[in-house]
Amino acid sequence: MADASVATAYRSIVLSRVAAQASYRTSFAIEVVSQAFIVLVEFAEVYVVFHQVDKLGGFSYAEVTLMYGIAVSAFGIADLVVGHLDQLPFYVRRGTFDAFLLRPLSPLGQLVTSDFSLRRVGRVVTGFTVLAVALVAVDIDWTPGRLLLVVVTPLAGAAIFSAVFVATSAIGFWVIEGTEFANAFTYGGNYLSAFPFTVFGTVVRRFFTFLVPVAFVAYLPSLALLGRPDPLGLPGWLSWSAVPVAVVAWIASAAVWRTGLRHYVGAGS
Amino acid sequence: MIVEARDLHREFVVRRAAGRLRRTKHTVAAVDGVTFSIAPGECVGYIGANGAGKSTTIKMLTGILVPTSGHVRVCGLEPTRERATLARRIGAVFGQRSQLWWDLPLRESFRLLAAIHRLPASVWQPRFDECVALLDMAPFLETPVRQLSLGQRMRGEVTAALLHSPELLVLDEPTIGLDLLSKEALRAFLIRERRERGTTILLTTHDLPDIERLCERLLVVDHGHLVFDGSLPALVSRVGAERVLVVDLVEPGPALDDVPGTVLRSVEADGLRQHLAFQPDRTTAAEVVAAVSALVPLRDLTVTEPDIEDVVRRLYQS
Amino acid sequence: MSLPALRPAAALAGAGFRRWSTYRQAAVAGVFVNIVFGVIKLSILLGVAESAGGTVAGYDAASLSTYTWVAQGMIAFVVIFSWTELAERVTTGDIAVDLARPVDLQLAWLATDLGRAGWALLSRAILPLAFGAVVYGLYVPDDPTAIVLVPLSLLAAVVVSFACRFAVNLVAFWLVEVRGIVMFYVLVSGLLGGHLIPVQMFPEWLRTLAYATPFPAMIQTPIDLVTGQATGLRAIGLVLAQLVWAAALLGAGRLVLAGATRKLVVQGG
Repeated sequence: MADASVATAYRSIVLSRVAAQASYRTSFAIEVVSQAFIVLVEFAEVYVVFHQVDKLGGFSYAEVTLMYGIAVSAFGIADLVVGHLDQLPFYVRRGTFDAFLLRPLSPLGQLVTSDFSLRRVGRVVTGFTVLAVALVAVDIDWTPGRLLLVVVTPLAGAAIFSAVFVATSAIGFWVIEGTEFANAFTYGGNYLSAFPFTVFGTVVRRFFTFLVPVAFVAYLPSLALLGRPDPLGLPGWLSWSAVPVAVVAWIASAAVWRTGLRHYVGAGS
Repeated sequence: MIVEARDLHREFVVRRAAGRLRRTKHTVAAVDGVTFSIAPGECVGYIGANGAGKSTTIKMLTGILVPTSGHVRVCGLEPTRERATLARRIGAVFGQRSQLWWDLPLRESFRLLAAIHRLPASVWQPRFDECVALLDMAPFLETPVRQLSLGQRMRGEVTAALLHSPELLVLDEPTIGLDLLSKEALRAFLIRERRERGTTILLTTHDLPDIERLCERLLVVDHGHLVFDGSLPALVSRVGAERVLVVDLVEPGPALDDVPGTVLRSVEADGLRQHLAFQPDRTTAAEVVAAVSALVPLRDLTVTEPDIEDVVRRLYQS
Repeated sequence: MSLPALRPAAALAGAGFRRWSTYRQAAVAGVFVNIVFGVIKLSILLGVAESAGGTVAGYDAASLSTYTWVAQGMIAFVVIFSWTELAERVTTGDIAVDLARPVDLQLAWLATDLGRAGWALLSRAILPLAFGAVVYGLYVPDDPTAIVLVPLSLLAAVVVSFACRFAVNLVAFWLVEVRGIVMFYVLVSGLLGGHLIPVQMFPEWLRTLAYATPFPAMIQTPIDLVTGQATGLRAIGLVLAQLVWAAALLGAGRLVLAGATRKLVVQGG
C-alpha cells in the first residue's frame, strides 16, 4: 500500500516535468530534432571509417552498424531517464539537493524524476532506426534465443548505462567538477561501446569490460547475435550475460551512491 | 521536549591555499559543544553573526548534516538516521533556497508536495485553502515560481513547509530581503499558526522586530558556542543595549546633556539634531520624549533600535 | 594599430587569462575527459590504419597519434564545444553595458578570448600532448618553417573560431533560445572541421563540402602543419587561407553586430 503511494508521488513529479517541457513547443521540437541529429553526426565517423576500409577490427560495416545501433539505443534510453544525474554538483550548489533531503522520499528517486527530459527521446528514436537498418543488413542465423536477445539487449544496455550514470554522478558528492569526470565514463563509455573491442588496447578493454561493463552493452551481445566467438578469447557465455551484468552493476552503483550520500551528509557543504 | 541537543559538535575540514601549489588542511569547529532543548509550542529565535554556526545547527536538526559528536533528537527521532520519518513531522524554510518548482505555476508545487508527503486531498486541501486566504496568495497561484517576487515566493515557501501540518517549523532567515509589508504579513501568519495549532517554531534571523514579535526565547551562538539562552529583554538588559532617541529641534539649541535617564551621544548642526541614548529597561521612549519636549520645541523625532549584531557583539565582549 | 589602441586589448586579454585560471579543478577534470576520449578515438583510428595496411589517407600510426593528441589539446583552446557567454549577455540585456564602453565590442571580446585561449593552451593542451608522447609517441615535424607557421596557424585558428562563435551568439538578438542553434553549430563545425576524424579521410563529396566552410581552418589546418600533412608552399597557402577566413568572418560578424545594434536601438532591446 505504501509502495503504491510512493509510485503516485513519483508519477506526479514526472508528469509535472513533462508538462513543463511541453509548454515550450518550438524549443522542445528543435531540441528533439537536434538530439536526433547528434546521432547522425556521430554515425558519420562510422561512415567515414568504412569509406576507407572494409573491416574494422575484423568486423564489417553492417556488423559495426549493428553495434552502433544497439549502443545508441541503450544509451539513449539511459540518457532519457537518468542523463541529468551528472548535474548533481549543480543541484548541490543551488540547494535543491538539500530540499530533496527534507522530503520523505529517496533523494536518488527525487533526483531521477526531477529532470526527466523528454527531448532526449530524439536520440532513442534515431538509435532504434539505425538498429533496425543494421538488423536487415547483417546476416543473422535467427533462433528463438537470438530473437529474445535482440529484444532484451537494448534494455539491459540501458540498465548498464544507467548504473554507470548513477555511480559516476556520486563523484559529484566529493568533487565540484564531478560532471566532467562523470562524463568521461558515461559519454566516453557510450562512444567506445559502439565499436568492436578488438581495436582497443588491453588496459582499456579490461577497464570497460570488468570495471565499467559497457562491453556488455553492444559488443558482446553482437557477437552472440552474429554467432561469432570473441576474437580476444572471452568465453562465449559472457556474450549472453548482459542481464546479470546489469543486475550486478546496479547493486554496485547503488552502493557507490549510498557511500557518496553518506559522505555528503557527513562532510556537508 | 521536541528538540534536544546535547554537547553538539560539528567540525569541517577546510583546505586553504598555502603558497602556489601547496594546500594545508585545517579543522574548523563550526558548532562547538552546543546544548539546548525546546519544549513543544515554544517559539525560539536562534541568532548570531554570519558564520557563528546557525546554519550548521539547523542542518543537524533537520538531518541534512551528521554531527561530529553529541546527541540530537528532534520529535524523538535521530535526524540523519530517520530523515524520511522526520521529514513528515517537520517543515523547513530556507530563505535563500527554494523548495518550489521554479518552472511550474505555484499551485502545482503544492499539488506535488502533497503527493510527495502522500497527503489525501481531504487533509491538505483545507490547509492549503486556509494558507491561500491568510497569505493572500490567490492572485499569483497560477504564476510560474520563477516570475514571483521574493515576498510572494516566501509566502509560497512557508505554505509548502506547512502543508503537511508539521509539529516543528524551522525557518532560516525567512524575512531576509522582504519589504516591510511582506515581513509583517509573514509574522502575523506565524503568530496565528502558533496560536491555532501550537506549532513549535525555531527561526534564525538578523531582524530584531522578527524576534520582538515572534519569540519569547532567544538562543545566541557565537563562534560555535551558545552564549545566551533567555528572553529578549533579559538579553538587552544584560548587555546594556541602548535605544537612541534622535531629535530635530525647531531652531539650534543647547546641548541636551541633562535629560534624566539618558546620555547625550552626539550633537549635529549646531544642536539642530541631537542623539540621546537610554536603557529601555530603566526608562521608556515616551518619558524621554516628554522630558525633552519640556525643555525645547521639537520638529521631528525617531527612535533607533539596538542592532542585533551589535547586541551579540556586546554579549561576547561582556 | 597604434600602441595606445592596443593597451585596453592587452588588459582585456590579461583579464581573460586570469579569470579562467581560477578554475583549476575544472582544468584537471577537462584534461582527464579529453585524454579518455583521445584514447578511444586513437584506438579506432589505429584500427582503421591497421585494416588499411599501416597507412590511411596519408596517416601512419605516429601521425594519427599526433592528429589525435593535437586535436584533443585544441578542444578548449579553440572552443570546439558549446560557448554561449555572449548570447547570455544578450539575453539578459547586459550587452548594453558592453556597448556603452569606449572600446570596440568585437575587438574587446576577441582580446578577452585570446587571453582565455592562452590559459587553455597552458592548462588543457600540454597534458594531453605529454600523455600522447609518453604512451603512444608523437610525430615531430622536420620542416623548419613549422616553427613559425604552427604558432601562427594556432593563433589564426582561435580567431576564426572566435569570429564564428561571435556571429552565432549574436543570433540571440533575434531568438530567445539559442541553445538549439549553438548545439547544431558545435556538431557541424566539429565534424567538418576534422575534430571527429581527419578531413583527409572523408569521401570526396564530404571533403569538398568541408573545405567550402571555415571549419577546417579552425581545427584541421594547424594539425596538418604539425603532422607534416602539409609542408612548404602548401603549408603557407593553408595559413594564408586561415587569415583570409579570419578577416572575412570578423567582417561578417561586424555586419551582424551592426544589424543587431540597430535592432537594439530601434526596439529598445
